Amino acid sequence: MAEIQDSGGGDHGKKGKVRSKKASTHVDMTAMVDLAFLLLTFFLLTTTFNKPQTMEIIMPDKAEKEEDQSEVKESNALTLILGENNRIYWYAGLKDPKVEVTYFGPTKIRKLLVEKRDEVAARGGKNKLTVLIKADEKAKYKNFVDILDEMNINKIPTYAVVDITPQELEMIAKAQTAPASGN
Amino acid sequence: MAKVRPKAKKPTLDMTPVVDLAFLLVTFFMLTTNFRPEEPVVVDIPSSVADIKLPEVDIMTITISREGKVFFNVDNKFTRSSLLQKMGEKYKVSFTPEQLETFSNLTTFGVPMNVMPGFLDASKEERKEMTLGIPTDSLNNQLYDWVLNTRLSNPKVRIAIKGDGQAAYPVVKRVVSTLQDQNINRFNLITSLEQEF
Repeated sequence: MAEIQDSGGGDHGKKGKVRSKKASTHVDMTAMVDLAFLLLTFFLLTTTFNKPQTMEIIMPDKAEKEEDQSEVKESNALTLILGENNRIYWYAGLKDPKVEVTYFGPTKIRKLLVEKRDEVAARGGKNKLTVLIKADEKAKYKNFVDILDEMNINKIPTYAVVDITPQELEMIAKAQTAPASGN
Repeated sequence: MAKVRPKAKKPTLDMTPVVDLAFLLVTFFMLTTNFRPEEPVVVDIPSSVADIKLPEVDIMTITISREGKVFFNVDNKFTRSSLLQKMGEKYKVSFTPEQLETFSNLTTFGVPMNVMPGFLDASKEERKEMTLGIPTDSLNNQLYDWVLNTRLSNPKVRIAIKGDGQAAYPVVKRVVSTLQDQNINRFNLITSLEQEF
């Protein structure tokens, strides 16, 4: 690929002696640059720079005896049950609840969480909203991650992932037959 | 006297520094790249706003596929080799040194213990087809032993769960309760980064 530059050879042949033309030492680097940048582009595109992001979760201890478990103040509790088709059944309090349906999205679940959080915090003192997260059999893993994400986004201080109870299964079965609000 | 004319020169550019730079960058990228390890299943991870980075070493990854099959991976050759020996003792499966070597060079796998020797003897292409998943049901919870023995082989190991967004929740719950049975209450869920919507 060496290119002989014709700039330096203007006055040849004036003197009688025929000299072999002095080859220039310049090498055309363009092709090499092309190659190098091709490789560079390849590595840039195939590299995965970002390490995977993770969400850390801490589950409540399973083996704890009933007397070790912390009591949730009824007025501070909010239960969310993840159901099929990205539904979230929710009720406030612990006893005699009225189940309602909401969905993922900033105007739905997030609004609800923020409202409840502020409502409980407004009572002052040590009152903090405690969210109990349960999931139905038909829920997807994505729903689970999304709801944990909502807890982080909305800075809900305390939440726990717990098992669903048979009563709650009944409750959401009833709520399913009732006309779903917000859909 | 002839007029002195500036000689028309062919414009040339010295490309050498460009080449130097380009190759420097190439070298940098070659050395910093580690290619994405091959996975037996494609997992579409859900997104979240969490931005904790996963450490690069001492990680045990439990993968949950869309169909609810469970796969397992742990880094570090030495951990893997001692892990397989321990698992072999527990399940009364013996492994040849070649099989141990193969296992320590593998990444994610998902086969029950009784299929393991055949899995290790299989060719790379055949292995791709062997995606039975690790049994996690309560009668035959091999995942429990994999996790337990990994923790015995490498006490520093941390646990990451990499689940497909469409995986059914009960499978995830089973995996989580398998971990909780060993008093592991803290683990990481691998998610991709999203913007707050």
